[in-house]
Amino acid sequence: MPGRIAVSEQVAATWQTATLTEVRRETPYASTFRLAVPRWAGHLPGQHLMLRLTAEDGYVAQRHYSIASAPDDSGHIELTLDRVPDGEVSGWFHTVARPGDTIDVRGPLSGFFAWPGDRPALLLGAGSGIVPLMSMVRHHRARGLSVPLRMLVSARSPEELIYSGELGAETTAVFTRSAPAGVPVGRMSATHVAPLLAERPPGGWEAYVCGSNGFAEHASRLLVAAGQPVDRIRIERFG
Amino acid sequence: MNVTRGFTGRRRVSRPGLPPGQYDAGDDWPVLSAEVTPDLAPADWSFRVDGLVERPHTWSWDEAHALPGSAYEGDIHCVTGWSKFGVRFGGVSLDAFLSVVGPHVSATHVLARSHTGYTANLPLADLTGGRAWIAWSYDGGPLAQEHGGPARLIVPHLYFWKSVKWVAGLTLLDHDEPGFWEGNGYHERGNPWQEQRYRGD
Repeated sequence: MPGRIAVSEQVAATWQTATLTEVRRETPYASTFRLAVPRWAGHLPGQHLMLRLTAEDGYVAQRHYSIASAPDDSGHIELTLDRVPDGEVSGWFHTVARPGDTIDVRGPLSGFFAWPGDRPALLLGAGSGIVPLMSMVRHHRARGLSVPLRMLVSARSPEELIYSGELGAETTAVFTRSAPAGVPVGRMSATHVAPLLAERPPGGWEAYVCGSNGFAEHASRLLVAAGQPVDRIRIERFG
Repeated sequence: MNVTRGFTGRRRVSRPGLPPGQYDAGDDWPVLSAEVTPDLAPADWSFRVDGLVERPHTWSWDEAHALPGSAYEGDIHCVTGWSKFGVRFGGVSLDAFLSVVGPHVSATHVLARSHTGYTANLPLADLTGGRAWIAWSYDGGPLAQEHGGPARLIVPHLYFWKSVKWVAGLTLLDHDEPGFWEGNGYHERGNPWQEQRYRGD
């Protein structure tokens, strides 16, 4: 198993009040929610948080969400949430939430999927699995890092590709249902992964895979088949 | 308590057996592992118990199956929030393995490890007295690879990250030593009823 990054126990154990400051539509099915968290201790790209909504009768719903924004000093973090049919928490965000609302968050949590920007990173994601990977891409840009970074993302269609306007030369998009003219439609395959592994940066890639379990199984097997060491693949599955 | 404007939550019936902060996953069984699912054939699986024991021992697939069978029927709880009711695992009680090796009186904790290198720490007392299993069947069929097949540890009274998939062995210790997620900020013990999710809970 790959190594670890220590997480501060005080921070992880403390609930804080976050205030929603902005909602941005990303795709017909996903929006970004910007939160002011004045006492946020900072995070590493790839980490997640735990979020809690409380009903008037005391009923509580808790969920884990990946952090989309890069670490910065703005006192804000961003989450990008899919609109899940009947989603108890995401449903509230997509249909009720508006700037000024407050929610409880704790984190950042888990150092396993985090990328501090130290090693060449190969990022494979599908759907909203791009969210923690985008935090890494944004971090890479914001700090002007020179360490190699490549991202391969799968979406059903260009309209459903989250952050499409923000993706650059580091990213290759694969479309499974419909694609722009001249771009083949199909699943992520060895032909997408092989050229990235052929680049072989000094020290090799640290691979990060994020998406549904079906995607994670498929993508991680592609990486292994292409020669990526098993112990340098980190997986975040939406369970 | 910070009430969330306009949040009512799902229409809910109080469900006995649902620990705080958990929801009922129903028929779903989400897969959560941080690593590549290994292709591990039963013939390549083995299970070793060592450390502070009188007689360290390694069982092959067939030798483990020769031990008296035992089943767990009940609920499981994942730290990410879902619980699953009425699951059925078949295998062998961990007591059967421990009686062969003879834990030393000084043994207080266990570091469980997988064939992939994953680890989890547990107090020895959480693994004895019919509360833990090595399981290779689920709902009457073989345990699926992505759920830890061919065999995994089952400790259903703790959060499920302690129930090591693709289990390879246990090392008995006279002290507690953090495992993989514990080193990544998760709670040392992980009791769902006390919501011991993260260190400091």
